[in-house]
Amino acid sequence: MPEGKKQEFWRWDESNWKDPDIDWKDAKYITVGIDVGSVSSQAVIMTDGQIYAYANMRTGFDSPNSARNVLNFALKATDMPEERMDYCVGTGYGRVNVPFADRSITEIACHARGANFIYGPEVRTVLDVGGQDIKAMQCDEKGKVTNFLMNDKCAAGTGRGMEVFADLLGIPITEVGERSFQIDEEPPAVSNTCVVYAKSEATGLLRKGWSTEQVLAAYCRAMAERIYSLVERMGVIPEFAITGGMAKNRGVIDRLMAKIGLDPMKTKWDTQIAGAVGAALFGYALCLKGKGRKK
Amino acid sequence: MLANYGYTDGSGDYFITIDTDKCNGCGECVSACPAGVLEVLDDDPNDPLREEPVAVVGTNKRNKLKYECNPCKPSIGRPPLPCIEACKAGAISHSW
Repeated sequence: MPEGKKQEFWRWDESNWKDPDIDWKDAKYITVGIDVGSVSSQAVIMTDGQIYAYANMRTGFDSPNSARNVLNFALKATDMPEERMDYCVGTGYGRVNVPFADRSITEIACHARGANFIYGPEVRTVLDVGGQDIKAMQCDEKGKVTNFLMNDKCAAGTGRGMEVFADLLGIPITEVGERSFQIDEEPPAVSNTCVVYAKSEATGLLRKGWSTEQVLAAYCRAMAERIYSLVERMGVIPEFAITGGMAKNRGVIDRLMAKIGLDPMKTKWDTQIAGAVGAALFGYALCLKGKGRKK
Repeated sequence: MLANYGYTDGSGDYFITIDTDKCNGCGECVSACPAGVLEVLDDDPNDPLREEPVAVVGTNKRNKLKYECNPCKPSIGRPPLPCIEACKAGAISHSW
């Protein structure tokens, strides 16, 4: 056995954050959104509809514990006691496994609402590329969904596929975007129907003498084509925004946006928290309707 | 809202679209579908603040539509689909 720990190229940093300008003691309603995805989990704490603190970490194999861990991680950034929260909404793939949530809401509704908040009310088309599925939504100026499409039958073209490739090629996941452009000529795409086929195709190309950057570019192109076919089916109305971890990967997004012919919207927020932001905002709306926890 | 339930795979697109603005949650489609694909929920899972009943494609059927709907879709002499006929509001459509 080789000495030392094997580098995990797919691993990305977990983080938590708090807004230093907000004091939770001034808030009327404190709502929490928990998005337990297939790969990552997020918790967002909102004070009267403003983002106060959030945390982002890997889900792991135990959904109820992931929800608890990510909430604790978010609370750790603050000095707020958990009992202070007025409403908690669970969303995402593991939303039924958030034991302390008052309600669960689908990720379709939450991502559109969250994108409306973090990108602004101009957003009309939201693409969420998650760990194991792709969702495309059209929404109105209030973030209410008007049309949606989701492909969760197959995980091709999703975040987990990119993690598999990062590991195969030995390129840290955060560098994938930049490295996929370090090529002289854009290669043709590999198989875009299946991560497993794409991986065996990529292994063959490496044997043929392709550089890792070329193979990466070919895979990024395949993912962009896969995502494009879904988006094209629903139709794109500007402005266009992308949420989820894939929004941080230029390699796929630049290739996708070149096909669509638009520029994606920009935000100062972490794109991965959109679902949890939407969940917390729904919690706030429900509190305003008088459905918050009785204390 | 146009709720598209279904998927795309190597053989084509298999989506059932329910226009939730037209759907009144009457439930006629539920009894009309021989495969039990449709169900009515008390509130729309994708529009949590609406709080009116609406028809959806069941979560355990969404990724099997190609096979579940197949008996109603013979390759020749295709009769009208029972779900679409049952829906007086005209809220249901199929992509294939």
